[in-house]
Amino acid sequence: MKKTLLATTAALVVSAAAVQAQEVKIGILLGFTGPLESLVMHMAPGAELAIAEINASGAFGLGTLATVNGDTGCIDAPLATASAERLITAERVAGIVGGDCSGVTGAALQNVARPNGVVMVSPSATSPALSTVETDGYFYRTAPSDARQGVVMAENILDRGIKSVAVTYTNNDYGKGLADSFAAAYAERGGTVTINAAHEDGKADYTAEVGALAAAGGDALVVAGYIGQGGSGILRASLDTGAFDTFVFPDGMVGQELEANFGPEINGSFGQNPASAGEGAGIFHGMATAGGFDGTSPFSAESYDAAALIVLAMQAAGSTDPKVYKDKILDVANGPGERILPGELAKALEILKAGGEVDYDGATGVELVNGREAAGSYREIEFVDGKLSVIRFR
Amino acid sequence: MEGLLNAAVVMANFVIVPATAYGAQLALGALGVTLIFGILRFSNFAHGDTMAFGAAITILGVWALQGAGVSLFPVPTAILALPFGILATALLLLATDRGVYRFYRRQKANPIILVIVSIGVMFIMNGLVRFVIGTEEIRFDDGARFLVDVRGFREATGLAEGLAIRTAQVTTFLTAIVFVAALFWFLNRTRTGKSMRAFSDNEDLALLSGIDPERVVRVTWVIAAALAATAGVLYGLDKSFWPTTYFQLLLPIFAAAVVGGLGSPLGAIAGGFLVAFSEISVTYAFRRALGHLLPPDWMPAGLVQLLSTDYKFAVSFVILVIVLLFKPTGLFRGTSS
Repeated sequence: MKKTLLATTAALVVSAAAVQAQEVKIGILLGFTGPLESLVMHMAPGAELAIAEINASGAFGLGTLATVNGDTGCIDAPLATASAERLITAERVAGIVGGDCSGVTGAALQNVARPNGVVMVSPSATSPALSTVETDGYFYRTAPSDARQGVVMAENILDRGIKSVAVTYTNNDYGKGLADSFAAAYAERGGTVTINAAHEDGKADYTAEVGALAAAGGDALVVAGYIGQGGSGILRASLDTGAFDTFVFPDGMVGQELEANFGPEINGSFGQNPASAGEGAGIFHGMATAGGFDGTSPFSAESYDAAALIVLAMQAAGSTDPKVYKDKILDVANGPGERILPGELAKALEILKAGGEVDYDGATGVELVNGREAAGSYREIEFVDGKLSVIRFR
Repeated sequence: MEGLLNAAVVMANFVIVPATAYGAQLALGALGVTLIFGILRFSNFAHGDTMAFGAAITILGVWALQGAGVSLFPVPTAILALPFGILATALLLLATDRGVYRFYRRQKANPIILVIVSIGVMFIMNGLVRFVIGTEEIRFDDGARFLVDVRGFREATGLAEGLAIRTAQVTTFLTAIVFVAALFWFLNRTRTGKSMRAFSDNEDLALLSGIDPERVVRVTWVIAAALAATAGVLYGLDKSFWPTTYFQLLLPIFAAAVVGGLGSPLGAIAGGFLVAFSEISVTYAFRRALGHLLPPDWMPAGLVQLLSTDYKFAVSFVILVIVLLFKPTGLFRGTSS
């Protein structure tokens, strides 16, 4: 009797260990506190949705997936590094969805993930600097680099035959990065930037700034600012003084407020913002709504894709070891193979299990360029009769 | 000839019209500061946030009037709501005086202590304004937008450059003239006004001749409230209302008051316009205006801008420093600051 008991206990311990070995942990390293928390509350559920979908399908052959959260504080590099350290050394995660803001992402990558050999897939770090840092193949992002928008904007403007523009940007990393990458891309393609000047947010009056922009001249004004901040003031002062008639709006300026506050005054002005076209986005939004969060919130869809990419790469490699599956991420993201949309992760896993190939498109039309980052799809908009109209996707 | 006209229009559009409206707002603000300095003998740092409070209450009044369907079109509704703003601001300032400043006055506290007290009051008012109206940008200019607009001006004159004069700018200028005229009439012609000036010139002599000091103080606060609320509303009307920008206005306002000579109402007005015109013309890029005057070959490659617009506030600082170094009593012989 005593022996049987012992044997049962031993068996239980063994099987428990076996079950534990089959649990594959995915870290979610995002800014649950800090300036981006309002977005993260829709990003983390995006990643969890993908994991839940895979678990429910039972098609993942390497164990049961579980998620573990880590906080970056968005701008708190020591906190992000400590969280990444905990996820990797204590929780032993097999991959990380994150980080969110560019600075902490770089810190967590260089200090923890890369030395320990764990894959990070960031859904929202957009700094151009992350395109060139050393990664040893452990870093990918489902968000496009800001430099990419500069190129898209330059092409958008030149396609309309506008050869000279003035640029004003909000005086921070986003504004300066975007303005500089745009100026470089525009000049390279034969356009002329007459002035590239900063403006401070939170001022009541921008007449002086607009005066300088008007003095430099140009056929259009690129406003790389925020619609709720100085961007609006620049627009208002330019219209009042007749300095510019045509404006170009990057993502920080595209919003319903433009329609409400300016409407017909900015007819003929245009711009672009990152947005995914097509069925993938629509399906994901439906799934998100059913899951109780907002799938249209920025970077929510990218989070879903980041989590899905990690798991699909594991399946394709037949291993949860980051050193092995990191080489499969580009394969599953860029194809060739069967096109996979959100909600079809089970199908993808089955195909991969059978030795087939998939081209994961997901919620954002994932296509990784430069060996690590999303090419990004941009929505080109234009104001027609005072309404924001979508022209096409590029 | 046409080049000269075009250059003049560019200058008017980007320098003269905005600076005139801005100068009128600064002048009203500086008048309030200078008045309090003359009678109560301290620099009131809470003046900027008093302006914000007046503007905030006026905006509430505008919303109420709009809700009731009252409109003064093409004049902004804010002019109709302004009396409410002035009334509320006067009550606030009288309450602040009763609760805070009177205590220090009775102790015959050093002026520097009152300055520090006013900084404390400033923080409280700043919080109060955000509590009342929130921290978002508010535009409450609901009148006709333009008196002269760019396109209309170009079509009417056939010039290449356009000129815009906004209703809010004209409203600002006219309201400022009315208020300044009323203030000067009050100070020079009425008994209360004369007693205020007497109190300002020599406090002991005024007390001996039977002037009630507390009454003079109360009247001063009410007038300061009227000036502050009006300046705040006009600034918000002309540009836009952000609760935080009024704090930044303190520097140019003090520069204006000091340039004119602290305690001198006429000096405050001159100082307001001087600071406004310096701020805007020093940071203005003259390239476009010069382009109309010079032969094409002489067209400057740079912007012909003395200082980048980022340094706008530095202009007030420089003016302050120069005045304090070379003419501490200001242009109109006010009290030495």
